[in-house]
Amino acid sequence: MVAPQRELTAQQGVGKAPPSPGERKWSGGLSFDVRLAGLLGVLLVLCAVGYATRPDSFLTEANISTMLRLAAAIGVVSVGMTFVIISGGIDLSVGSIVALSSVWMTTVATQSYGPAVMVLCALLVGLGCGLVNGLLISYGKIVPFIATLAMYASARGLAERLSGRRTQVVTETGFTTFFRGAFLGVPVLIWMLALVFAIGWVVLNRTTFGRRTFAVGGNAEAARLAGINVKRHTALVYGIAGLCCGIAALMVVARTTSGASTNGLFYELDAIAAVVIGGTLLSGGRGTLIGTLIGVLIFTVLNSIFTQNNLDTDIQNIAKGVIIIAAVLLQGITARRRRVLKT
Amino acid sequence: MSEPLLTMSGIVKTFPGVRALDGVDLEVREGEVHCLLGQNGAGKSTLIKVLAGAHQPDAGTITWRGAPAVLSSPVAALRLGVATMYQELDLVPGISVAENIFLGHERARFGFSRRGAMRQRAVGLMRRLGHPEIRPDREVGLLSAAGQQLVSMARALVHDARLIVMDEPTAALASDEVDNLFRIVGELTAAGVAVVYISHRLEEIRRIGSRVTVLKDGRTVASGLPADTPTNELVDLMSGRKVEAVFPVRQASTADERREVLVVRGLTRHGEFRDVSFTVHAGEIFGIAGLVGSGRSEVLETVFGARKPDAGSVTVDGRALRPGSVADAVRAGIGLAPEERKSQGLLLELPVAHNVTLASLPAYSRAGFTDRARELRDSRATLERLDLRPADPRRLVGTFSGGNQQKAVVARWLVRGCRVLLLDEPTRGVDVGARAELYRLIHELAAEGVAVVLVSSEVPEVLGLADRVLVLREGEVAAQRPAAELTEAAVLDIVMEGSAVSEIADVTEEAV
Repeated sequence: MVAPQRELTAQQGVGKAPPSPGERKWSGGLSFDVRLAGLLGVLLVLCAVGYATRPDSFLTEANISTMLRLAAAIGVVSVGMTFVIISGGIDLSVGSIVALSSVWMTTVATQSYGPAVMVLCALLVGLGCGLVNGLLISYGKIVPFIATLAMYASARGLAERLSGRRTQVVTETGFTTFFRGAFLGVPVLIWMLALVFAIGWVVLNRTTFGRRTFAVGGNAEAARLAGINVKRHTALVYGIAGLCCGIAALMVVARTTSGASTNGLFYELDAIAAVVIGGTLLSGGRGTLIGTLIGVLIFTVLNSIFTQNNLDTDIQNIAKGVIIIAAVLLQGITARRRRVLKT
Repeated sequence: MSEPLLTMSGIVKTFPGVRALDGVDLEVREGEVHCLLGQNGAGKSTLIKVLAGAHQPDAGTITWRGAPAVLSSPVAALRLGVATMYQELDLVPGISVAENIFLGHERARFGFSRRGAMRQRAVGLMRRLGHPEIRPDREVGLLSAAGQQLVSMARALVHDARLIVMDEPTAALASDEVDNLFRIVGELTAAGVAVVYISHRLEEIRRIGSRVTVLKDGRTVASGLPADTPTNELVDLMSGRKVEAVFPVRQASTADERREVLVVRGLTRHGEFRDVSFTVHAGEIFGIAGLVGSGRSEVLETVFGARKPDAGSVTVDGRALRPGSVADAVRAGIGLAPEERKSQGLLLELPVAHNVTLASLPAYSRAGFTDRARELRDSRATLERLDLRPADPRRLVGTFSGGNQQKAVVARWLVRGCRVLLLDEPTRGVDVGARAELYRLIHELAAEGVAVVLVSSEVPEVLGLADRVLVLREGEVAAQRPAAELTEAAVLDIVMEGSAVSEIADVTEEAV
């Protein structure tokens, strides 16, 4: 596209006409740019490696189902984390909130009310913790890192206190039958993961709420000067992250048939890693849930390759670190190229 | 006559879209106070950044004590003997006075910092500056503005600089502090140090200046004038920018017969502005002129609710606005195109359409879902109306030129159907062709009945566009008259008259 010629007076001479910018357009959250394609390539390569090393078992229905069920909880947490990071924040407390929710919903008292109350309890505890984070950050003006660090410590502490550091076994069979069951041949946990991702995608890309999330993270001052209630919005975003933790707690409890204060350990790191390699800017304002999903799957497949081949987890962690750094370096390079485009 | 200490000739510096310096000459002799004069945007700040090694010129030569010199970095400039005291103090607030003075060149032996030696040197410097009570261990953030100014000066002195650049050093000082500053300047020049002095206060220039160089539109229009050159001569040199030609013709406004839309009464924010009152009618363009730091932008942002006033009221169509509430101002129909387009106005990573509907999202949603078809349609229509090219609402706003970005900000408020439009420096960083379009747009909006408030550093722009003009000087209304009764020289006169030293603390940096 050629920039229109302007009449310039000789006296001011004001440099050149704006450079013709690339065809950078918005496609309504469906953008499938080079980086996403690259990520998908990485995922496929990992799948190929898995198949090459264990052709008999890797791409079987059973293993794929196992992988996805393992990915479910961290995937749901990552959806909430994507919202938080796009809005310009960070949430270090997600793992602890998962632990607290899982413990609270499996206490003897809660279980005595039946499965519906257990589910409600997990969701409310998660939402509540998230909103506390959000209120402290937006109205208490505590930086997200510190506010959620405090929640990281105290939520797990409370979980330990509630459970007496004992694993609480789920005796309520209605709960386990439903959440460990399958629907149309697909495990319920995988349905839940898909559903949360779908809802998250719609909210982020098709609603006013999602639009404001991008605005707050991209330029909070511009959002404020456009009349958006930035504080309330920030609080709500952390509430969403907390709610996702509550859903993830349901999944963890269903998978392990128990609630424990050690649930959700390091979820915050795994979720941040998935979001970041998925192409969401850590500084906010730009990101995609599709990228996050691929990020989660990359780590899941990696995990499966190592367990299937009986390899040590230490090498797995090294590989994880390398993938994170490679993805972020790649982002830096593309970001620099974009900046050159802009000036 | 001895050889000049510094000679700069034909300095050119271009930024994307703007030629900030377009052939500047400057000659500074040893032991003189050389004053730089010029309106906002004349290129003073860019010139001193070149001198400080912070910007590299695109063309031109710099001679230092008879030999060609390259100021490749701030460190290189310091090593040569050029120290700069920036207007916005570049100190680290959380560390001590001594640590600030030696920041970046700490004295050390075997890797251990020589704290004692640095402290002693700091004590000596503060005594020389007439303020031995400022202890070297004090945390700089706890000092007053004047105290910080002194630390900044000590930092220049510790390098044994041959040339010290002072950018509006008195802006934050009370009058006895100014006397002290001038005494120090006198001592420095007596020792052969040259000072390049920037100030908008002519009487200061008369008091301590030796010679004056006047900049206009990035060029030197007069150099080496004696400091006692008559005021009107200096003002004439500074004014007369040749941009009038692009203002569209506009028939005399009948504004006074129309309805009052925006009424501001006694608006005050301590330390920023006092008792500002004005009324804007439907279809009127109301201009606010004044130097950077006179409180222009602050007034505008307070009217918009982005800052909370200490006193005073804002009324739109007879309804009083809740003080300090942007949401209320937006609801009442006020729109603001802020001064810093990129950092305050736009979401550069998002498409134009999202930027345009940002202030009217509820109107573009059904049950929380964005009506994207209508959003695209309306955005495109508005872009076409504003002649924003290319009128593609899906392009990322960051890929547009400055003028088109400004139009996108204006479009945001048009889509909302605003009654009052506040424009803060709408043409900053916008090339001439796009300026003319923005001017025409402002006229069109006024013709449709929008009340426009325009703040600009460029006096001709205010005079060329506005029906009535309010001149702010150090936070106070210095004049309020119909634009037809004012000339550029008259406005400059009013602006510079205010040499009375006051304690306006919040002085923002002059834009490049």
